[in-house]
Amino acid sequence: MLTPDQRRALARSPAQCLRHGFVQSLPFILVLVPFGLLFGVLSAEAGLDLAQVMGFSVLVLAGASQFTAVQLLTDHAPTVIILLSALAVNLRMAMYSASLVPWLGDATPRQRGLVAYLLIDQTYALSIQHFENNPRLRMDQRLAYFAGTAICACVPWLIASALGFQLGRAIPESWALDFALPITFLAMVAPMLRSPAHIAAAGVSIIAALVFTVLPSGLGILLAAPLAMATGAIVEKRMERLKGEL
Amino acid sequence: MSGFDLKIWFVILVLGIGTYLIRWSFLGAIGNRAIPEWAARALRYTPVAVLPAIAAPLVVWPAATEGQTDPVRLTAAAVTLGVGLLTRNTLLAIVAGLITLFGMLYLSA
Repeated sequence: MLTPDQRRALARSPAQCLRHGFVQSLPFILVLVPFGLLFGVLSAEAGLDLAQVMGFSVLVLAGASQFTAVQLLTDHAPTVIILLSALAVNLRMAMYSASLVPWLGDATPRQRGLVAYLLIDQTYALSIQHFENNPRLRMDQRLAYFAGTAICACVPWLIASALGFQLGRAIPESWALDFALPITFLAMVAPMLRSPAHIAAAGVSIIAALVFTVLPSGLGILLAAPLAMATGAIVEKRMERLKGEL
Repeated sequence: MSGFDLKIWFVILVLGIGTYLIRWSFLGAIGNRAIPEWAARALRYTPVAVLPAIAAPLVVWPAATEGQTDPVRLTAAAVTLGVGLLTRNTLLAIVAGLITLFGMLYLSA
């Protein structure tokens, strides 16, 4: 039996699906705009020009990794280390990609190529939830819904990055903006600390990064991150086994 | 174009292509083959593994104080983390952290 919500979803035309995705994505603007502004501001402080700021936001389109890259560029870290660190932040998207295959795997290669470009935390979270709640949607309805979430999430990000850049040039150097980045990262991480495994991973990450600061710039992250990932995976497995024994 | 500009553009291009390939991976090429369990397990922890490693040295040895540990910045970091843990709201945590930072800097100036 279909619920009224499911029946309504199935009856939507692609244009209505797009509008539906767009509307459901609206609350994310409240998060994405301040983030985009901050990215623009910090990039301006780091000495990037407007084309470079937009280059990041259009071609990379992944907030946390953009912040990572700009921070490490400011530190004059070696290019290889900047790339590996920023790419590591985005590895989670491979999981998003895999979990969309059952829903979008039959779309044309071109459509899947476009979905991949627009696959960010927000579009993924909304779409997977919508697809799972409405398993009988047609492919054109799924794609239209995804497109709606993507337009609503990605366009404000681009505009906010550009505005942030202009804002950054107007802000006096004396403001302690150097510290906005660590605050942003801590604020992103804190809500993720849902389980003992996440807490253990973050703890190892912090301790290892502090110990490894004796190494040349950026190298510490490359050592700390895999250690922390392994810690998270091991603790998760232990917890599962404990639960199984109870 | 300066060397630094070239480096920035190189990072943008390679990071853009690499990130795209990560997103495209399963959807575009690998298809229905499942991620091995150990890999899925490790991937779940990438954000909590990478972001604190970048933030921690910046908190303990801030660039603005030339690496001197600074009680104001430590407090701001603690408030950010605390508010983030309690509210599970990133934006609120940022606002709380920045208010603490600027408030304490203003009072101690």
